[in-house]
Amino acid sequence: MHIPDGFLNIATIGATYAASAGGVGYAVRQANRKLGEKHIPLMGVMAAFIFAAQMLNFPIVGGTSGHLVGAALASILLGPWASVLVMTSVLLAQSLIFQDGGLLALGANVLNMAVIGSFGGYSFYRLGVAIFGDNRRGMAIGCFVGGWGSVVLASIACAVELAVSGVSPLTFVLPAMAGIHALIGIGEGLITAAAVGLVLATRADLLQLQKI
Amino acid sequence: MRMKWWQVALGVSLLLAILSPLASSAPDGLERVAEDGGFAGLTRGAPIRIIADYLFPGIENQVVAAILAGVTGVIIVFALTLGLAWVVKSRKAR
Repeated sequence: MHIPDGFLNIATIGATYAASAGGVGYAVRQANRKLGEKHIPLMGVMAAFIFAAQMLNFPIVGGTSGHLVGAALASILLGPWASVLVMTSVLLAQSLIFQDGGLLALGANVLNMAVIGSFGGYSFYRLGVAIFGDNRRGMAIGCFVGGWGSVVLASIACAVELAVSGVSPLTFVLPAMAGIHALIGIGEGLITAAAVGLVLATRADLLQLQKI
Repeated sequence: MRMKWWQVALGVSLLLAILSPLASSAPDGLERVAEDGGFAGLTRGAPIRIIADYLFPGIENQVVAAILAGVTGVIIVFALTLGLAWVVKSRKAR
């Protein structure tokens, strides 16, 4: 759901840049205080994996495709603030080098997929674990709802930005965005659960790292 | 010598990049909504195109261009994030 340039008006561009700059700035301060030796390579490969996975669009219904966002995965493994930095790094490279997501829309894309995606996904994950237990089953369910929630919340934020910019009425764009991303989110949830399950099976100690 | 876990994970990422030509080319969720809502035409192209559309420029074969773009991207994103994380962490060593 990378917003291209041309969709957002000046006020929305300004507001989303300000909000995401605040979020990323705070994430930098949190990471500066808490980042350990082991976090750094994990952040690097997390970003590389998310970039690669985002290229792999999978078909949904009606000639539409979706792809992993990855904010829930990164926030579950690293914590939400570190995930904000990982996602911002991916979105920055996509916008500057791959022309995926506009330059003026970068603030909105960071706000939606890095900030809201990471915190939404992490909150849904914690909720899932709190309800279903801190074991393999609870974590798998938490990963699924975390992945699903991160995509749906990000799509709702995207819809609001489009509506505020006046490109489409909220009564159309909100249900349309939330509806299609409720389906795409199923893929996000399954991939998130599978990826965390794989880490748990092979290198469970990585999940014991301090969450940032 | 046993490979370190992050080397394995980077290898998996490169493998995914090599598989990227298999990705669905159907419009994604936002593109679909933009078409249905009649505002897809507002899209403005980027002023500078570097590796646009995940196809490495100047290569006729689309599969090779996609693989090369994907592999380049994985390496750039890995290096960029590693660099950013290292800078953020090292600032506290004052």
